[in-house]
Amino acid sequence: MPLPASGMNYTGSVNTVTLGGGRRKTTVTVGGAKTVPYGGPRAACGHRPAIAIDVLDAPPEGWPAPLAEAYAGVLGDPAAWARKAVEEFGADLVCVKFDGVHPDKGNLGADHAVDVTRRVLDAVGVPLVLWGCDNAEKDNAVMPKISEAAKGEKVLLGTVTQDNYKNLTALALADGHFLIAEAPLDINIAKQVNILVSDMGFPLERLVMYQTTGALGYGMEYAYSIQERERLAALGSDKLMAAPLICDVGTEAWGAKEARATSEQAPQWGDAARRGPAWEAVTAVTLLQSGVDILRMRHPTAVATVRRYLDRLWGTKA
Amino acid sequence: MIAIGERINGMFTVVKDAIAAHDPRPIQELARQQAAAGAAYLDINIGTAAADQEGTMKWLVETVQAAVATPLCLDSQKPAVIKAGLSVCDTSRGVLLNSSPLNRKSDPDVLTKYASMAMEAGGGLIALTMDSGGVPQNVDRRVEIAAEILTKAMELGMMPEKLFIDPIILPVNVPGAQAQPGNILAAIDQIRLMSDPPPHITMGLSNLSQGTAERPLINRTFMIMAISHGCDSAILDVLDDVLVDAVATAEMLMNKQIYSDSFVKAYRSTSGAQR
Repeated sequence: MPLPASGMNYTGSVNTVTLGGGRRKTTVTVGGAKTVPYGGPRAACGHRPAIAIDVLDAPPEGWPAPLAEAYAGVLGDPAAWARKAVEEFGADLVCVKFDGVHPDKGNLGADHAVDVTRRVLDAVGVPLVLWGCDNAEKDNAVMPKISEAAKGEKVLLGTVTQDNYKNLTALALADGHFLIAEAPLDINIAKQVNILVSDMGFPLERLVMYQTTGALGYGMEYAYSIQERERLAALGSDKLMAAPLICDVGTEAWGAKEARATSEQAPQWGDAARRGPAWEAVTAVTLLQSGVDILRMRHPTAVATVRRYLDRLWGTKA
Repeated sequence: MIAIGERINGMFTVVKDAIAAHDPRPIQELARQQAAAGAAYLDINIGTAAADQEGTMKWLVETVQAAVATPLCLDSQKPAVIKAGLSVCDTSRGVLLNSSPLNRKSDPDVLTKYASMAMEAGGGLIALTMDSGGVPQNVDRRVEIAAEILTKAMELGMMPEKLFIDPIILPVNVPGAQAQPGNILAAIDQIRLMSDPPPHITMGLSNLSQGTAERPLINRTFMIMAISHGCDSAILDVLDDVLVDAVATAEMLMNKQIYSDSFVKAYRSTSGAQR
C-alpha cells in the first residue's frame, strides 16, 4: 500500500501582477504564490514581496524626528525625495501619497498633483504607486488628472472602496493602470469591492487588495488574520480573492506612540532613533508572514532591515 | 461543490429520442446549458435508450465533448460500457467513473475493475455503499462498506481525493424508506472521519424525490441538509436555478465561500470546476 501524499495540494494561486510600463526602467512583479506564505516548496512561493517607499506630495507635518531627519532636505521636493528613496534606500517602488490635496491638510489642487506626478515620473525609473488623499470627493476631483498624467506607466492607483469605486475604476481601465481595492478590515467587504470593480469590466488580474493595516500593538492581528484567510481563499481557487496584497506599514507603525515618543518622553523605552524603525520593521516582517506582497514603508533603517530579512528568506538579492 | 449535471440520461425522453434518432443537437444543447449553469462534470447515462450500450456510450461521449470542454462522468453499471466510453473520452480534461459497489455476487472484483480504469485515466471514481447484499438499510453497514471501499481503493493506489462515496439515496416514498435520508446524513458524518483529506461525498439527488409530489422542494431541501453534513458533490439538476442558489447559500453558511453582499452572483460567476 503506497504512502499517501502528506502535502496539501492547493488548486488556486495568487494572481501575478507586474507594475511598470511606458518610461519605467524597471518593472516589479509580485504575487503568483501557490502555497501558504513560506509554507511550501520554494517554486510554489511566487514572487518576492516588494518594498514601496512613501513620498509625500507636500511637506509632512508632525513627523517624528527620526523620520524627518532621514529625509532632511528633500521633504519639500517630491522628485528629490523619490530619487533619494530609490538611489540611497533601494526602493523597489515609490508610493506618492497625496496627503497635501486633502481638504484638511492643505487642500492643494489637481494642478499641483499633476505637477508632482510628472516630476516624480521624471525623477525615477521605478514603477509608482499613486495614492489619493482618502477623501472621496477630493480624490474624485484630483485622481482623474493624476491617472491621465501617468497614462501608459502602468502605475498602481489607490484606492477604490465599496462606496467610491466607479470613477477611479473607469480611469484605471482607460489609462491602463492597476487598482488598489480597499476594505476596512472586513473580508466580506473586500470581496464585494472586487465584485463591484469586476462588474465594471475591470480585470481582476489588475487588482491589488488593501485591508487597511494595523501596526504592532494596534490591531495588526486583525489585518494578519484577514490576509491569511484571503491567501487561503486564493489557494482554494476563489478567483475573486486572488489579488496580491498591499499593506501601509509606514503610516501605521509611525502612528503608534511606541514609535513616535521621543527618548525624553519615554526614556524607559530606549533610544527613539532605534525604537521607531524597529517598530516599523517588526510590523512589516510580521505582516509578511500573512502573505503581503507590497509593503509601503518609510524609515530607511526599517527598509534595510526588512530587505535583509527578505534576502535571507528568499536567498536572493532584490 | 462539485456539481455533476444529470440531464444527459436516456431516462429523459428528449435524450432517449435523440439517441434513437442519432440526433446530436438536443444532447449538445443540454451539454451547453449545463456547462453554462456551472456543472463541474456532465453525467453520461444511456439508461434503457439503446440496445447497443457500448456504441451508444461512445457516440454520446463524442457528441458531448464536441460541444463543451466540461469533463464527463461516465455512468454505467457495466465495466465494458465504461471502457467503451473511455476509449473515446478526452480524459485530459478529467473524468469520473460512475459507479461501482463494493462487490457483486456476479462480479466480486467489480470495484477493482472500476478503480483501475479510473486510475489509468487519471480520473475519479464514484463508489456506492452497497455490496452483494444490496443497499444497506442502516447507518452502520453503510459506514462499514464505505470503509471497505476506501481501504480497497487506497490499496490499489487511489487517494481519497479521487474517491467519491455515494451513500445511495432511495425514493423517500418507498414503503419503509423514510428513515433513510436521516441514516445517510449520519453515515456521511462518519465517512468523513475516515481519512484526511476525506473522500468526497456525492449522491444522485433526484432519486430521492422519484414519484413524489413537490420534487424540486424535496431535492433542494435534502441537498442543503447534506451539505450541512459535509456532502461536497451531487449528481443533480444544475438547470434548477433555485437549487443552485440554495447550494451557493448553504456553502456560504458552511464557510466554504467568503461572504459578500453579492455572494450568489459571485458563486454563479465561478466556473463549475472551481466551485
